[in-house]
Amino acid sequence: MKLPYYPGCTLKANARHFEKSAIQAMEKLDFQLVEMKDWVCCGTVFSMTSDDLMLQLASVRNLLRAEKQNLKELIVLCSMCYNTLKRANDFIVKDKGNLEKVNNFMYKENLTYSGKIEIYHLLSILKDRIGFSVIAEKVKKKLSALKIGAYYGCLLVRPEELAIDNFEDPSIFEDLISTLGGESLDFAYKLECCGAYQTVTKKDVSVKRVYEILNSARESGCEAIVTSCPLCAYNLDFLQKDVEEEYLDFNRIPVFYFTELMAVALGCGWDKNWSSLHFTDPEPLLREKGLI
Amino acid sequence: MADKRKLIKVYITGELFEVPEGSTIITAMEYAGFQLKRGVGCREGYCGACATVYREKGDYKLKSGLACQTVVSEGMAIAMIPFVPAEKPVYDLDELSPEISTFIDLFPNVFRCVSCNTCTKSCPQDIEVMDYVQAIIRGDLERAANLSFDCIRCGLCALRCPAEIVQYNNAILARRLYARYLAKKSPELETRIKELEKGKFKKEIDQMKKMPREKLSEKYYKREIKIS
Ligand code: SF4
Ligand code: SF4
Ligand code: SF4
Ligand code: SF4
Ligand code: FES
Repeated sequence: MKLPYYPGCTLKANARHFEKSAIQAMEKLDFQLVEMKDWVCCGTVFSMTSDDLMLQLASVRNLLRAEKQNLKELIVLCSMCYNTLKRANDFIVKDKGNLEKVNNFMYKENLTYSGKIEIYHLLSILKDRIGFSVIAEKVKKKLSALKIGAYYGCLLVRPEELAIDNFEDPSIFEDLISTLGGESLDFAYKLECCGAYQTVTKKDVSVKRVYEILNSARESGCEAIVTSCPLCAYNLDFLQKDVEEEYLDFNRIPVFYFTELMAVALGCGWDKNWSSLHFTDPEPLLREKGLI
Repeated sequence: MADKRKLIKVYITGELFEVPEGSTIITAMEYAGFQLKRGVGCREGYCGACATVYREKGDYKLKSGLACQTVVSEGMAIAMIPFVPAEKPVYDLDELSPEISTFIDLFPNVFRCVSCNTCTKSCPQDIEVMDYVQAIIRGDLERAANLSFDCIRCGLCALRCPAEIVQYNNAILARRLYARYLAKKSPELETRIKELEKGKFKKEIDQMKKMPREKLSEKYYKREIKIS
């Protein structure tokens, strides 16, 4: 079955392994992620300025084009794109005035957006449309003995209206890990912000956050972290070199996209090229657990 | 000999003139007595020198186009833009790599694009300007090079961009990087250059040099372009 899919810029650059592993894993589940045509960047961050429609246009442009391509929905992998697209959609659909203004702006393009595109995160599709029990039957290589910390960050569950699960106590990620045969361990900082864009202007803030998050995961016994956000992955993985310098008790820990572990568990194997996009080499751990 | 064409009223930089119906903005301006030194070049829609903004009577939209290709209409208000000041960094192509990081260094504001599509709407070449900008943002230089291929650097897109992006200078960098580092090398080109150096087409070129203008232009428009 085909699923229309919105990649976003990062999945074409730093997070290529996120996209590749997702496509491969979904194929094993008999679903084909079909990239929508002519997509544009989602705008990266949902603008909180309540009257600045210009900053919603990047997201709206994708919704418009999806509608023109006769799509009914878009499946998103990047937590940030998911958050931005879905909030922009709600923003203009829930207020007729906003929708009208945006549509007026599209003059000369003969386009109007009806507001009917649905935005889903891939995790929701796995849970609600495919079903974890179905996925469990297709697991070829159980992630047994791999102790994983599921890191949600902010964007999958906040604000509440677009949370893919209970926004205060989600379990969708953990349920997926158990489905794949892994052991998911709860840790205190799984819903905390990783510092997001502070990493550009105030790196020390992010370094501290990353230390706290990863240390809390380590203390709970986690050997690896999974995420679905390229910005989280960047902070949690890339900044480990800075954390190491700052905090002497720190031990490195590999950070995976959930789709990479799905690919391994569903029997796609580990692609060596993915390792080069990680900053903390995940191969020793995978080897130790007999997964590659 | 007096011009028999019907005259229509247009406003050129705010002043009223009567100009022959059916003329392009450039010929209308010259008819009105303007001596154009900047903002005009090929008169054929190729050089991109003649960016112009205008409003048509009864229409609230500010339109833009090439003065040599746009025909005047009754009541049109015209302002020609002889020069577009645009950000243009200096770089050495040999020191660059065909990656997103090059744009982050040289044109950081390209990432400010809000996908409003204003650039595409204002492009006289009907280029999908926003889409080539977006292709650059995600590092797809091949797509950016192909989509922007017909750009004549008129500057109209940059003049209308709310994010202050200079689309065409980004595009030319994308095409340069693509051609220099990514595009498949063509062995035919090398062969043809060697043939030319050896004087293979000398006879034809000499003939053309002696041809009168009319003959030359007739030949030009009748030429066949073979794309294999
Ligand atoms: S949020 Fe990030 S990855 Fe997603 S489209 Fe925007 S810039 Fe690209
Ligand atoms: S749309 Fe025009 S009038 Fe409105 S805020 Fe922007 S620039 Fe000002
Ligand atoms: S892309 Fe911009 S500079 Fe190039 S032709 Fe179109 S409007 Fe002119
Ligand atoms: S006008 Fe500027 S901001 Fe708008 S789509 Fe074009 S490049 Fe992007
Ligand atoms: S004068 Fe060259 S494009 Fe108009």
